Parts: sequence; C-alpha cells; structure tokens
Amino acid sequence: MTQKIELSDIYKIAPHHRFQWEEAQNCYVILFPEGMIKLNPSAGEILNLVDGKNSVENVVTLLKEKFKDAGDIEKDIISMFEFALNKAWISKE
Amino acid sequence: MTTLNNGVEANITQTQPLWLLAEITYRCPLHCAFCYNPTDYADHTKNELNTDEWIKVLRDARKMGALQLGISGGEPLLRDDIEDIVTEANQLGYYSNLITSGVGLTEKRIDSFKAGGLDHIQLSMHDITEEISNFVTDTKTFKLKQKVAAMIKDRGYPMVLNVVIHRYNIGHIKEILEMAEKLGADYVELANTQYYGWSLINRNQLMPTKEQIDEAEKITNEFREYIGNKMKIFFVVPDYYAERPKKCMNGWGEVFMIVTANGDVLPCHSARVLPNIDFPNVKNDQLNEIWYDSSAFNKYRGDDWMKEPCQSCSEKENDLGGCRCQAFLLSGDAESADPICTKSPHRHLIDQALEDSKNEILQAQPIIFRTDKNSKELIQGEHKERLKDFKAMP
Repeated sequence: MTQKIELSDIYKIAPHHRFQWEEAQNCYVILFPEGMIKLNPSAGEILNLVDGKNSVENVVTLLKEKFKDAGDIEKDIISMFEFALNKAWISKE
Repeated sequence: MTTLNNGVEANITQTQPLWLLAEITYRCPLHCAFCYNPTDYADHTKNELNTDEWIKVLRDARKMGALQLGISGGEPLLRDDIEDIVTEANQLGYYSNLITSGVGLTEKRIDSFKAGGLDHIQLSMHDITEEISNFVTDTKTFKLKQKVAAMIKDRGYPMVLNVVIHRYNIGHIKEILEMAEKLGADYVELANTQYYGWSLINRNQLMPTKEQIDEAEKITNEFREYIGNKMKIFFVVPDYYAERPKKCMNGWGEVFMIVTANGDVLPCHSARVLPNIDFPNVKNDQLNEIWYDSSAFNKYRGDDWMKEPCQSCSEKENDLGGCRCQAFLLSGDAESADPICTKSPHRHLIDQALEDSKNEILQAQPIIFRTDKNSKELIQGEHKERLKDFKAMP
C-alpha cells in the first residue's frame, strides 16, 4: 500500500506521534502509543523538517543546502517520505 | 533505524531502560482469570510507594534515557495521585501511557489527565458480549467500558484497545475487530494469553486450540487487509503453539525496567518467582545502580549463564533462550532453555499442557479468579492441586 509522494505535498508528524531529540540516545526519536523508533541521522534530519509548513520540495532544498557534499539526495529523501507515510508516522497537512 | 515492540527489529548495543513500567498498585476492582500479576500479590499490596517516591523514580529513569512510561497495575486509577504523576511525566518528556480497565475514569479525571499532558490511554476490553466480558473479569463492567471508550475518543486520545484472547472470546475475533472499528480505535492489540500468574493456574480453562488460533490469525489478517492503516492491529502470537521461544522482554535487563507498587525493581513482570535473586528496591538503592550494577539485573544479561542446548545453539541470539520465568516455573531450572523450544529437553511439559487443555475434566475445574481472598488462600498453601505442576507460585 505505497502512496505516491508529490513534491508539492505538505506533511506533518501524524497525530498521536511525537518527534523529539533524545540527548541520552543521541538521536531523534518518534514516540507513539507503546512504541518508539530511534531514527538514524538522515531520517532524523528529514523528519525534523516535516512540520506542516515545508513542502517536500522545500525539505529537499533545505537539506541540499545543509549537506552540500551529499550529492543528489532527492531520491533518498522521497523514499524516506514514502517509508514514513507508509508507517503512518507522517500525515498530510 | 531501530524499532522496538510492535515492530521490526532492535539492535541495541548498550542496555538502556527505554521503557519504564510503573506497576503503581496491585489493587484492582476487576478479578480477571488471565491476569499476569503474581498470585501472591496480596503480600505486595502494602507499603506502596508514595507520590514523591514515584516522582523520584520518574526523574531518575528519565536521566538514564527512559522514554516510554506505562502506568499500570492492578488498576492505576485506584490511586488519587495519577494526575500528579502524569503531569510530572509530561514535563520530563516521557510519552506516557495509562493502562487501565476504565473503572474509575471519570470526566473530571480524564480532563485532568489531558491538562497534565497524558499521551495515551490503553483500555482493556474483553468481548463483544456482556456475558463473557463480565464472566472473565468476574465483575459487571461491560457497559462501563463501552462508555469509557467513547469518552477516551471524545477527548482526542489515540484509542488503543487491548483484548486478551482466550478460549472464551477467540471465536469472536471478527466481531471484536468490528466493535473496535465502530469505537474508532486507532490500535488494537489482540494479546493471546501468556501463561503467568493467574493465567497459569487457569491454563486448562483458558487455552484455545491450535485450530482456533490459526483461524483467529486468518481473520485478523483479512481484517488488516480491509482496514489498512486506519486501525493498526497487533496479533500477539501465543508461544505454547510455537517451536521457538519469544525473546522475552527483548532480553533480560536490556530495555525494560519495571518498578512494582512497593518499589521493587524487576527486569520483567513475573521475575519475583525466580529463586536465589534478591530484587533491589528504590527505597534502598539508586535506580541507576540497580539497573547497571545489581546482581539481579546482571544475572541473565548476555549468554554466559546459558546451558545446553542454548549455549551452542546457532539461534541463541534470536531468542536468548526465551523466558527465564517460564523455564523455572515449568522445569524448575531457571537457567534451562525455555520449554517452548522444541530443542528443550522439557518440551514435553508444554505438549502435556496442550493435551491437558483438551481434557474435559480438567477444563471443567472452576476458574480461580484474581481476588484478595484467593491470593491469600494461595499464599496459605490452599489449592495445592492447581499448583502441583509449577516449581513456584506463579
């Protein structure tokens, strides 16, 4: 049940989910009823920009600026959006 | 990425108590036949930690990295300080989960919880029929639970229903899922009974057949297809019908820390049954010392403690030898392989239990419900015939 991501889409962290930085684990986490996900650094950077305001395109632009040497990361970012949407961690604004 | 519980995998490299379960009281207005609480809980209902002591536990565990807080029991709402605990948990940055039967959840209290920042309420439901729901809990609470479910939804909480599955309700899985959909549930946990505590002494009365479980799983999968992401359904597989044991608690002292009503700290709910372990108490010791340094928490970490067939088993990392409590309760040796495993020399005990559960004479024995009276009787050595197969009181 993969849903398609458009560059103009705007997402937010899904209801009943909380996204926060965890000092003790040195990573971003997503918390939800009785579950938690420890995010790897790139997933954390992406979801940190998913705020109900940035479009997917904005997220790509912002991350390209922040990580200039990373090459073409657009495809990876879109895959992460797909993954997160499929897991219902994010939802459309 | 690592996913813990309800999910894919975990590759924790260092132990950290990510989950703190506060079994805040053993008192409970329900008397469920399948309760996993210790059958001798009546001995542990005194000397409950007070509010300040709980708040210290919360603060200390958070410093150690705890993120998920379960407020459980017994019935946590029997305490009048849950509001204070919830508020503190929110300020500390926990994701807080209230695990309740719904009894005692008034409009006033749910509003206070909302104001305090409680993240989630998990409500136990038992069946679609009033008759079975009331029977298995030995109370008249069916209608109340329906009302409470509506109230939880109304306040905008994620609606999580936990349904313990046993012989009496396994035939109603489809109807239970339909009820959950109607109530607007976001998550449903169909938790097949695990046999500890009260459920262990009632095992012959509760255990469904393999055919019933296969059918329930099939119906669950069909329902999942239909409902998609709208309602997440977790089907907790019963280990008696498996060939390999579960990785109990994700490993002893790896990610779970349980603080009981009187302040004992345990790596799993039923660890008190294990012999020759003194579990530390937060009234005497610091929480971080308990987690990292106590002999109790280090006893079954890693695999040095394992015996054969576990020690040389190529699958030992998958399940870490299974559950220590189940191994001890059934075989009498806490270091032996969990008897669920078909490689265990004690697997016949599980097969016998499955046979016994089909025995109509054994099935017809009365259920011993979780009541203070029954707990005291068990402590005093009554009901011996129900305990004879177990190496400690479950």
